[in-house]
Amino acid sequence: MNRIEQRLRQDKKILSIYFTAGFPSVHDTVPILKALEDNGVDMVEIGLPFSDPLADGPTIQASSTQALQNGMTTAVLFEQLQGIRETISVPLILMGYFNPVLQYGVEAFCKKCADIGIDGVIFPDLPLAEYTNHYKSIFDRYGLLNIFLITPQTSDTRIREIDAASRGFIYMVSSAATTGSTQGFGDMHTHYFRRVAQMKLENPQIVGFGINNAQTFSAAIEHTSGAIIGSAFISLLKDKGVEAIPKFVSSIRKI
Amino acid sequence: MTYNINDMGYYGEFGGAYIPEMLYPNVEELRSRYIAILEEPSFQQEFGQLLKEYVGRPTPLYFAKRFSEKYNTKIYLKREDLCHTGAHKINNTIGQILMAKRLKKTRIIAETGAGQHGVATATVCALMGMECIVYMGAIDIRRQAPNVARMKMLGARVIPATSGSKTLKDATNEAIRDWINNPVDTHYIIGSVVGPHPYPDMVARFQSVISQEIKQQLLEKEGRETPNYVVACVGGGSNAAGAYYEYLDNTQVGLIAVEAAGKGIDTGESAATSVLGKIGIIHGSKTLLMQTSDGQITEPYSISAGLDYPGVGPMHAHLFASGRGEFISITDDEAMLAGRELSELEGIIPAIETSHALAIFKQRSFKKEDVVVVNLSGRGDKDLATYIDYFNLK
Repeated sequence: MNRIEQRLRQDKKILSIYFTAGFPSVHDTVPILKALEDNGVDMVEIGLPFSDPLADGPTIQASSTQALQNGMTTAVLFEQLQGIRETISVPLILMGYFNPVLQYGVEAFCKKCADIGIDGVIFPDLPLAEYTNHYKSIFDRYGLLNIFLITPQTSDTRIREIDAASRGFIYMVSSAATTGSTQGFGDMHTHYFRRVAQMKLENPQIVGFGINNAQTFSAAIEHTSGAIIGSAFISLLKDKGVEAIPKFVSSIRKI
Repeated sequence: MTYNINDMGYYGEFGGAYIPEMLYPNVEELRSRYIAILEEPSFQQEFGQLLKEYVGRPTPLYFAKRFSEKYNTKIYLKREDLCHTGAHKINNTIGQILMAKRLKKTRIIAETGAGQHGVATATVCALMGMECIVYMGAIDIRRQAPNVARMKMLGARVIPATSGSKTLKDATNEAIRDWINNPVDTHYIIGSVVGPHPYPDMVARFQSVISQEIKQQLLEKEGRETPNYVVACVGGGSNAAGAYYEYLDNTQVGLIAVEAAGKGIDTGESAATSVLGKIGIIHGSKTLLMQTSDGQITEPYSISAGLDYPGVGPMHAHLFASGRGEFISITDDEAMLAGRELSELEGIIPAIETSHALAIFKQRSFKKEDVVVVNLSGRGDKDLATYIDYFNLK
């Protein structure tokens, strides 16, 4: 069984962290992964930086631009992750935009992921129809879970379609926004989390976008299986560096 | 075999809708309704009337006698430069604002590079009393001050795109982000035949009025609807798509696409996507685009701000890949000389974008009896400072 599915079977709410590979410096990938695992993070999304990240807000955009300037590429990241499974056991997901994967070669990319021990991928700009028609068979061959997004605007019918095509979990985008909004969660969000929970989907849901502290984390996991922190973690790395990770992670779980 | 779009939203292998789920409801609403709305008699009536009375259509098809003599062939100019606001861009913004009204949208966003599409969008928003927000690269705002002023005069808000390379592609990213954040009340008026399906097709249909008129006007002047060649410059490719549209599947008509070579194909400062691009995804469309071997989108260069887009619309990618279109690259210098030549021979100052199309006659010869239609996509007023600097006419 895939590590993502295994982890989600455990009766524990998931704390997942996103970071952009190559930020703050190009060699931080493995130290960040170790710090996250050592401090009890349940799952990690490693961001492949892209020049034109159109679903992302300013924080992740800026980290991508910096990472690319630092020399991060798909090939460099794969090199850094070679042998990572000797030391890291949390589920690992690569998250990025599809164009760099097309250039690397979809099959070569999936094969490399399988060799390294990557468990899943999230490509926000690879929609359901394009995935199913063109790429699903390749992803399946290498045992990579492809995680889909839903949003408050996604219709129930489409949520069912996405659920049927998903394995692992469904990435629930908390609100109609790019990444990094900091407005907190109100009744609208709670209503949406509850509405989807009541649909009794096959796949568990993990919430992302807009989770930046213990309050938003605990609100997000009330009706779901876990939550993902991205921009707030990037800001932490930018301001305080890798050493600040233990304190940050424990502050999220404190409620 | 058709060179037009298929039922799946693709031109050959190019096109589709590679969009984040956050945009799915907006794009799907448009996709499922645009054809039906376009075909409503009331839409056709309103669109036709505005094109006639507000834009000033039909634009003339002018036989350029002295230019033809110089190059020993029959050259007609389709005078899109005479449209209200100075370029073909307004054909599309009129169509899209009427579409937005029927989709009950109240807020309009747009991207712009040189500012022509921004001005055309601000114009139709003023006409319809709609809120208008235009994203423009911070660098372009400095380079294109007169058009920024025009947009402001028309009541639009111009927001600088400060991410990435701070030019057209980043302005497009910002407009897409705005749409993600405002999914219900907002329509995004894309300015070219780019973006996710159905945009390339919808914009091409709005611009197809150009080739519809060419057919009729040629019939009057030459006794036949088809020229031997249609020539147009291609950045994203909307003026070319409009000029080719009626002739796409008539292989008797040569379709010539002219790209900006910038300082030269091999100089690293170019925008010739068909030569330098590879297949990839940009702004929701699978098409040819300029990128690094790692798949990062690169910044193109051309003296003409309207041609420095790193991709090309999926229709044009297919015309190139299938061999249906003939693609020619023209450098800054060649374009500038052609722009001056047309000014002096015909009394028409073309936009620098259009000057690229006019420059092919020095590179490629035509038969004396050939009928060659050049789409004169825009007027050169906005480029006067660049021309004057270049030719040192002060």
